[in-house]
Amino acid sequence: MIEIENVRKSFGPLEVLKGIDLTVAKGEVLTVIGGSGSGKSTLLTCINGLEPIDSGRILVDGTEVHARGTDLNKLRRRIGIVFQQFNAFPHLTVLENVMLAQRKVLGRPKTEAEAEAVRQLNHVGLGDKLKVYPGRLSGGQQQRMAIARALAMSPDYMLFDEVTSALDPQLVGEVLDTLRLLASEGMTMICVTHEMKFAREVSDRVAFFHQGIMAEIAPPAQLFGAPESAELRKFLAATA
Amino acid sequence: MMFFDTALTTNDLIFLARGAGMTLVVTAISVFFGTIMGIAFGILRHQIGPWWAAPLTLVLDIFRSIPLLIQLVLANAFVTTVLGWRISGFTVACAVLSLYTSAYCAEIVRGGIEAVPPTLRRAARSLGLTWRQDMTSVTLPLAARIALPSWIGLALGVMKDSALVYVVQVVELLKSAQILITRLQEPLFLLLICGLFYFLISFPIARLGGYLERKWSND
Amino acid sequence: MFNYNFRWAQALNSLPRMLEGALVTLEVAILSMVIGISIAVILTLFRLSGSRLLSAIASTWVEIARNTPALFQIYMVHFGLGGFGIHLSPYLSLLIGIAFNNAGYLAENFRGALKGIPETQTRAARSLGMTPVQAFRYVVMPQMLRISFLPMTNQMVWAILMTSLGTVVAMNTDLYGVTSDLNARTFRTFELFAIAAVIFYLITKTVTLSARLLAARLFRY
Repeated sequence: MIEIENVRKSFGPLEVLKGIDLTVAKGEVLTVIGGSGSGKSTLLTCINGLEPIDSGRILVDGTEVHARGTDLNKLRRRIGIVFQQFNAFPHLTVLENVMLAQRKVLGRPKTEAEAEAVRQLNHVGLGDKLKVYPGRLSGGQQQRMAIARALAMSPDYMLFDEVTSALDPQLVGEVLDTLRLLASEGMTMICVTHEMKFAREVSDRVAFFHQGIMAEIAPPAQLFGAPESAELRKFLAATA
Repeated sequence: MMFFDTALTTNDLIFLARGAGMTLVVTAISVFFGTIMGIAFGILRHQIGPWWAAPLTLVLDIFRSIPLLIQLVLANAFVTTVLGWRISGFTVACAVLSLYTSAYCAEIVRGGIEAVPPTLRRAARSLGLTWRQDMTSVTLPLAARIALPSWIGLALGVMKDSALVYVVQVVELLKSAQILITRLQEPLFLLLICGLFYFLISFPIARLGGYLERKWSND
Repeated sequence: MFNYNFRWAQALNSLPRMLEGALVTLEVAILSMVIGISIAVILTLFRLSGSRLLSAIASTWVEIARNTPALFQIYMVHFGLGGFGIHLSPYLSLLIGIAFNNAGYLAENFRGALKGIPETQTRAARSLGMTPVQAFRYVVMPQMLRISFLPMTNQMVWAILMTSLGTVVAMNTDLYGVTSDLNARTFRTFELFAIAAVIFYLITKTVTLSARLLAARLFRY
C-alpha cells in the first residue's frame, strides 16, 4: 500500500505539490491526469525518493520514504519507475540492460538474472532482440525494454511517468498494450498519462491534478462521465 | 627575498629573467611563423583534396609523431654537421618549432574550414563572390572564429614545449633554472619560480580560450 | 652532394639495443596511461563528489598538469621531491611525471565527455536501486570512456613522445636514452637519431592504427 499524506513540494518559489493526500491499495491501477505543471510527474519521483519533499510523508508498505534512516536503494527495488525518456543504457545490449541491476543491486547469479531478463523481455515482446544494442531499436521498443528492465527487479509497485509522450503516434499502441497486460496481471500501478482512452479502460480510479492540487479522484466512469469541477470539464473538453 | 631563506642574488634573478625572456621570444617567433605556414598548409590541404595533399599530410604528420627533442637534435645535426653550416642554436630552435607549430596549426585550420557549412560557401559563390573573396570575407573569418580556441591552446602548448630547446644550447627559462640549481643546490625554490612563471601566463590565457569556446559554441 | 660521410651501417649495428630501448619506452608509456586513466577517473569522482575540498584538489591537479611544461613536471618529481628527501630512480621519476600529466589532461577530457551523457542515465540507474557509485561505475563510466577513446589515444601518443624527456633525469634505458648514450660514444648523431625518429614514428603509427581497429571492434553500438 502506498500512503501519501499532505505532501508539499516546491521548486524554488514555485509550489508544485500543495498538500496531496492519496492512498493506493495493493493491486490497484491508478491513473493520474492533468495539464502540464500540475505536479503529477513530480509526485511519482517523490514516491520512490528521487526527489525530496518539503513536508508531509509518503509511506510504502509502512516504510516512510523520506525518513532519515530509510535505505532508499533498498526501497527502490520494490518500486519500479519508467520515464518519458527511455533511458536505455546505450553501451549495453538489450539483455545486458535488463540484467545489470539484477546482478549489481539484487546480487542475482548470472544464469538466474539472464533467465529472468529473457522472461521479462519475452513478456513485453522483445524476445528476438536480446543481443541488439538499444540504438537499433525504435522508441516503442526501447520503452518496452525499459519496462522489462524495471519488472525484472520483481517490484511490488510500478510507476509510469508519461511513458508514451515521447513516442511517435504509431508506436504508442504497443507500449499501452504492455501496460494493459501488466494491469490485467494484477500489478499495482500508478500511471501519469495523457491517454484518456487508456485511463478510461484500465484504471480502477482516475485522479485529476490541477495546479498542485488533486482536484478530483473517482472511478473512471464517474470521473469522465460526471466531472464535478469546472477545471476538469475544461480539461476534458480540451483533450477530447 | 626577505621572507625566503635563499642564496639567490639579484644577478641570479636577472639570469632567470633573461631565460624567461628567451622562452617568450622563441615562442613568439615560432607561433608567428608557424601560424602563417599552418594557415597556408591548411588551406592548401583543403583546396587540393586528400589525394594530392597526401605527401604534405605525411610530412606534417611526422612532426606530430616523433618527439620534439629528436626533431631538434636531428635538425641541429643535419644543419651543422651534415651541411656544415655555421648557424646558431637559436635559429635552429625557431625553425624547428615553427615547422612543429605549423603541423598542428594546419590541422586546426583545416578543421576550421571544414566546419564552415558548405551551403554557406555555395551561397557566397552564388552571390558572385570569387574564390578569393569567398575565402577572405566569408570562409576564413568564420573558420578563424571556430579555430581560435584551439589555436590559443596550440600557442600555449608551444610555449610549454619551447622548454626543450635547451638541447640545441638555447638557454631558456628551465635551462637557466637548472644551471642555477647545479650551482646553488636549491631545486625546489627555483623550480617553483619557473612553474609559477609558466602557470601565470598559461592559466589565464587558457581560461580565456575556454571562455571563448563556450561563448561561441552557444551561438 | 654532402661533405659528410654517412655511416648508416655502423649506426644500424646499434639497432638491437635501440629496439630494446623502444620496448622500455612503450612500457613506460603504457604504465603511465594505466596509472593516468585510473587517477583521472578518481579526479573525476572528486569533481562529482560535491565536496569543495575534493573538487579543489582535482582542479589544482588538472590546472598544473595543463599549464606547465611536462619537462617541468618531470623535474619536479625528480629534483623537487629530492628537496623533501624523497629520491626516486630516473625510471620512476619519468613514469610518475608522465602519469601526472596524463591524469590532468584525461580528467579534463572526462569532464567534457560527461557533458555528453544525459543526467537521466544516472536517474534511471538510481531508480533501479543502484547506489551513486554503482550508477557511475556501471552506467556513466563506460559511456564516458567510450566518448573519451579518441582523446585517450592522442594522450597515449603524447605519453610515448614524452618518454624522451627522461633524459633530463638521466634516464638511459628508454629509446631516447639509449640513443643518447650511443651518440656520446660514437658521435654519429644524425644517423642514430634518424633511426630513433623512424622507430618512434612506427610506434606512434602502430598505436594509432591499432586503437582505430580496437575502437571498431569494441564499440559496436
